Amino acid sequence: MSIIRRTAAEIADALATGETTSVEVTRAHLDRIAEVDGAVHAFLHVDAEGALEQAAASDARRAAGAPLHALDGVPIAVKDVLATEGLPTTCGSKILEGWIPPYDATVVRKLRAAGLPILGKTNMDEFAMGSSTEHSAYGPTHNPWDLDRIPGGSGGGSAAAVASFEAPLALGTDTGGSIRQPGAVTGTVGVKPTYGGVSRYGLVALANSLDQVGPVTRTVLDSALLHELVGGHDPLDSTSIDQPLPSLVDAARRGATGDLTGVRVGVITELSGDGWQPGVMTRFQESVELLVKAGAEVVEVSCPTFVHALATYYLILPAEASSNLAKFDAMRYGLRVWPEGRPDASAEEVMRATRDAGFGDEVKRRIILGTYALSSGYYDAYYGQAQKVRTLISRDFEAAFAKADVLVSPTAPTTAFKLGEKLDDPLSMYLNDLATIPANLAGVPGISVPSGLADEDGLPAGFQILAPALADDRLYRVGAALEAALTDQWGGPLLDRAPELNGDVR
Amino acid sequence: MPEITRDEVAHLADLARIDLSDAELDHLAPQLTVILESVASISGVAGDDVPPTSHALPLTNVFREDVNTPCLTPEQALSGAPAVEQQRFSVPRILGEEA
Repeated sequence: MSIIRRTAAEIADALATGETTSVEVTRAHLDRIAEVDGAVHAFLHVDAEGALEQAAASDARRAAGAPLHALDGVPIAVKDVLATEGLPTTCGSKILEGWIPPYDATVVRKLRAAGLPILGKTNMDEFAMGSSTEHSAYGPTHNPWDLDRIPGGSGGGSAAAVASFEAPLALGTDTGGSIRQPGAVTGTVGVKPTYGGVSRYGLVALANSLDQVGPVTRTVLDSALLHELVGGHDPLDSTSIDQPLPSLVDAARRGATGDLTGVRVGVITELSGDGWQPGVMTRFQESVELLVKAGAEVVEVSCPTFVHALATYYLILPAEASSNLAKFDAMRYGLRVWPEGRPDASAEEVMRATRDAGFGDEVKRRIILGTYALSSGYYDAYYGQAQKVRTLISRDFEAAFAKADVLVSPTAPTTAFKLGEKLDDPLSMYLNDLATIPANLAGVPGISVPSGLADEDGLPAGFQILAPALADDRLYRVGAALEAALTDQWGGPLLDRAPELNGDVR
Repeated sequence: MPEITRDEVAHLADLARIDLSDAELDHLAPQLTVILESVASISGVAGDDVPPTSHALPLTNVFREDVNTPCLTPEQALSGAPAVEQQRFSVPRILGEEA
């Protein structure tokens, strides 16, 4: 089997036994990127030279018997919202076009310290605002399952990169579902860790109280390996949890044995019904039955406030985003645009012209919305009320986790839709995050695992598992058990059924 | 039902320091009204007795030892600046014409 189709864990093993080298593996992925990324457009920047240099250094360490980590030499792609010293970081926005950060995000520093060659930066909705990657100022990413469809968002680039075998691993960020929903629609695995479980230092903030960095991979075990590598306490992030992560790799290996005896699985009543695609629901029910077969006990749980989660999120997020994005003021970094024919313009006029030219439609919508929600006279009715509903959502989770060890739902209500279909219909775009948003509001961890292909369109659907805060290990145990049962049923990984995407497309 | 007029959007854009064109104002105002109508559904969901949550997990103050730690050099800090002069960020004039 071609090296690029192997999992990160398998590549790590092949490096450890000397079957291959990091330079070979990295070159194979760069070749694949050169072959298919014209059609997929998962990358905004590819650093072939840097990645090969890092790979050669990794090989030298292996030869000297001193690898830095089990994943030393396994290449990775990084979402363009994470600061990378020496590599452009645009957040999918024109306002940061060409910006090269003078420092690394903590998660990137950890990747480098473990010896993972960085292939490049992946495409995303501008400042992570979107569910389709169509709001990228640099053009959309295409879903490797059907190039006319969206790869999900905001991290469509990272998901498409692993789904099209351009990278074995990627980092994403999840504020309302930006790791899990792209995972669902591309047939890949994505994890949003517990809030505070992975450092946000060097992550360009969308909504501080919701953002989390997490793994984007093809298997549950690979996510566990990457999560353990990038997670843990960071003194540079004041919201970072100051305690060790649970053992995630062990949990994934234990889950893969297929035994879930004694695990209580709660099916969330409110995350089904009208608006949920029948094929997505069928795959979901099937997965629940497989968990039962593995020994899990299934109960139905109600989280009544979840129906208000979307509205809550679309008040809290724009409010936080509008203040976060105030830093793009054309003074210290990024774009500076002078009003036309006004060389004597003031700083404020330059700021206005720059923000108009540099921000796209969705970013402007959310800044205006956030500014509105935070204005005096509306604050209590909107932002204040949303913060209270957030409390109720957390209480719903508490009550549900008293009855179940993990909660489950489909990750997204539908499979991938056509590019352009919802681009100018913000509300219908927002509905994609219906099932993923509650976890961000409450800070609990979640994973999306492929559940199969929907009958009506043959496109991937996702199965979401949620766990209580700090119990990320449960995601990996249950996720790996489901993955093992489904892979067994399919007779191989789901991605074996995706189109080959050889050079002949487009 | 909340409605957000074109003038209100123009005012908000002004507060947010974004020069929106007429075409953008025409386009954004109705979209924002639809979004606001949809999020207005949360009014009355939580009573006065419900405390607000600003962060999912409780936050505590974080302190560090008061010692110097390595930081960006002036060159690094200025490396992304649109304009630099005498090792400083060079900005457009900040006072009005009359000043």
